[in-house]
Amino acid sequence: MLAFIIRRIGQALIVLLTVALISFSLFRFVGDPTQQMVGQDTTLEERLQIRKNLGLDDPVIVQFGRFVGNAALFNFGNSYQNRQPVAKLIGERFPATMELAFVSALFALFAGIPMGVYTGLKPNAALSRLFQTVSLVGVSLPTFLIGILLIFIFSVSLGLLPSFGRQGVVKFSYWSTSFLTWEGWRSLILPSITLGLFQMTLIMRLVRSEMMEVLRTDYIKFAKARGLTARAVNFRHALKNTLIPVITITGLQLGSIIAFAIITETVFQWPGMGLMFLQAVQTVDIPIMAAYLLLVATLFVLINLIVDLLYVAVDPRIRLSGKAA
Amino acid sequence: MLSKRRLLSFAAGVALVAGAAFAAGPASAQQTLRWAFQGNLNTLDPYGINETTTLGLQGNVYEGLTKRGKDLKIIPGLAERWEVLDNGLRWRFYLRKGVKFHNGNDFNADDVVFSATRVLANNSQLSSRLSGSPEFVKVDDHTVDVKLKSPNPILHYAWDTWYIMDKEWTEANGAAIPPAPQATTPGFATINANGTGPFRITEHQLGVRTVFEKNPNWWGTVEHNLDRVVFTPITSAPTRVAALLSGEVDVIDPVPLQDVPRINASANARVLEGPEVRTIYLSFDQMRPELTASSVKGKNPFKDVRVRKAFYQAIDIEAIRRQVMRGAAVPAASLISPLFFPQISQIQRHPFDLAAANRLLDEAGYPRTGGADGVRFEVDLDCPNDRYVNDGPICQAVTAMLARVGIKINLQAVPRAAFFAKVNSPIYNTPFYLLGWTPGTGDGHNVLIDLMHTRKADGSGGRGQFNNGGFSNARVDALTDLVLVENDTAKRDAMLLEAFKILHDEVGYIPLHQQALAWGTGKNVELTQRADNQPLFYWVTKK
Repeated sequence: MLAFIIRRIGQALIVLLTVALISFSLFRFVGDPTQQMVGQDTTLEERLQIRKNLGLDDPVIVQFGRFVGNAALFNFGNSYQNRQPVAKLIGERFPATMELAFVSALFALFAGIPMGVYTGLKPNAALSRLFQTVSLVGVSLPTFLIGILLIFIFSVSLGLLPSFGRQGVVKFSYWSTSFLTWEGWRSLILPSITLGLFQMTLIMRLVRSEMMEVLRTDYIKFAKARGLTARAVNFRHALKNTLIPVITITGLQLGSIIAFAIITETVFQWPGMGLMFLQAVQTVDIPIMAAYLLLVATLFVLINLIVDLLYVAVDPRIRLSGKAA
Repeated sequence: MLSKRRLLSFAAGVALVAGAAFAAGPASAQQTLRWAFQGNLNTLDPYGINETTTLGLQGNVYEGLTKRGKDLKIIPGLAERWEVLDNGLRWRFYLRKGVKFHNGNDFNADDVVFSATRVLANNSQLSSRLSGSPEFVKVDDHTVDVKLKSPNPILHYAWDTWYIMDKEWTEANGAAIPPAPQATTPGFATINANGTGPFRITEHQLGVRTVFEKNPNWWGTVEHNLDRVVFTPITSAPTRVAALLSGEVDVIDPVPLQDVPRINASANARVLEGPEVRTIYLSFDQMRPELTASSVKGKNPFKDVRVRKAFYQAIDIEAIRRQVMRGAAVPAASLISPLFFPQISQIQRHPFDLAAANRLLDEAGYPRTGGADGVRFEVDLDCPNDRYVNDGPICQAVTAMLARVGIKINLQAVPRAAFFAKVNSPIYNTPFYLLGWTPGTGDGHNVLIDLMHTRKADGSGGRGQFNNGGFSNARVDALTDLVLVENDTAKRDAMLLEAFKILHDEVGYIPLHQQALAWGTGKNVELTQRADNQPLFYWVTKK
């Protein structure tokens, strides 16, 4: 087990280095950060001096080496635009993104599973067809469009929910939360639906097909023959067996939820890391971009590692074959 | 059971907190203005960046020796009056008495001398406010002399955005020098503010919101009725519009042009449009012997004034105004807004005339190849697509219009970061490009020295910094220097006009228009939209 973890951590480091290298070679094409840092009256000499001071004229490989060396010490430099440490900026934005991702994932699970079960059990019911249509919308419409549609229905037309921002925030030393106030929850509703809709439809479709598959198996027929109630058959026997792939997918999708939050956060002006990243791209704020990409890569690697470990813990077959190898 | 009880107590706790939040909300009858802008307020340091909106927001908190009125006229600010002595070599400023900074410190001559030193320090982005590095001398607590090496009639033109900082406060907090762009710790003044203005900043969450509160001790006559202003960046344009329509914000800046009718049709909001002072223009590489991206090899067609004029006359400015800008633009004949230089209206645009354009191109020796609809030559057009109002569509329209005279434009529309890196380069990196310019001083000399003066080959010397096409005219260069030291307004204006006339005849640039400002406001909000696009809260009333 320990060897397995060490091997995986070694692989993770390689992944992170690769991500950092690729992002660094891309940064040369986003533009010149100094153009965004100074006003129009700044002379060319001053601009060139700033470039030199920032080390932007060094070869990519030198810049990369410097970045990796500093990152190993958890020093991600200062934002060009905000002139503040990147670690601090990301730390301030991290809770907003994580809370949004968390609520979205819960929404995806607790709306997706019942809808999936229902459509699996009654594939021809009118409600099932409705759910299927909604899921098509969720899969095919781009996130920003869903967000704007929700804003125009629930904020502009009905005036029920706020259209932007994270409100009712309560601050602790290292964390800020919007879970403790009514306002906070209200402002969470639209963004988390927008962000979680794709995952919800994914889970719904997965549960539906798994349910239909499981319902055809012999042990379900046997359970029915034993005279168990429909409820016991459907939920205790069938649903339980469909949940293994659902848990896997949910775990893996958590990473995408955090990464895809970029668009949702921009549409709803949600003050998370994704919004900061997008603004950093527009202003060529390389330290923020680099640190964010590395953080997202780390999250993905971590989640994958945990899922792998859970596999080993849950599924005896993997454990056995692992030992044999 | 235990878990249920826990859940209940948690729910009760949540309800309590929520209740408290509710009770705190609408209890006080404070007048709060909520202002949404497309970008962030990145620094509170008044010498941190030379950018209109940032300086405008800071202008609610900090003040300069001069201010500009609703019509952009220069009016007294922290200086009550000033006089020019010694044939223009010494200016004496009489400072307003009894003015206090937000922290209670007195405003006096030491603060002015200190601010002059700080704005000229390394890393200050506003050193151009004191061009020529004049010497500041304290005469007494409320009198300051400014000694110049040569006369400069526009010395104070940009001082409305040269804000005076408190010497004691700034020094005590280790911010006496603006932080370097590559500094490893944020400057104290970057995240804190202490000015003399009508508002003070009580909360500043970078990229999330900034709260301004009324300064009850302000020296001036209060023309607003606000207690608080909450400034929020909202990046996404549809969200900004939605927030205005749903009444969650009171002012949005800017409004996308396509949403103007929709907002005006709504029950509770409207669009305020006004002329802006920024001029949008096209220009061409007139310097290189051969263009960087064109089908013409061995020579540069833009060196021929007939080609430049043909391009000018092929552009239907009225169609751009009507279709692309939806009426929200004023066609321009030169590079400065008549709001800054009224005499410029003596220059008329070269008329839109396809026949003339075709004739000029024929004469210049670029015939159509392959029949009457053939192409004369190809050239790239560099264009930002997220910087100015409808910049991308303007370039598309220009592309289509030039196709009618046989010029095939290869449009390179890219985001601003990449665009500026390419176009604002010491070498002439672009054959044909679109750009916008606002003279920072509000004076024509700025246009002459930055856009029209010949640039040195290596880009040094600070002249023609943004003359990215390499326009060069000896008389314009001479006029640039003459204008700077001419104290007689009438003569000075005549010289400026002469320079702009030369530019017009030589077709060094193709001015397009001054774009319109478009802000959305709630119908219960009355405000002054000044043509320099600064968000100024002190002229806002909310019902």
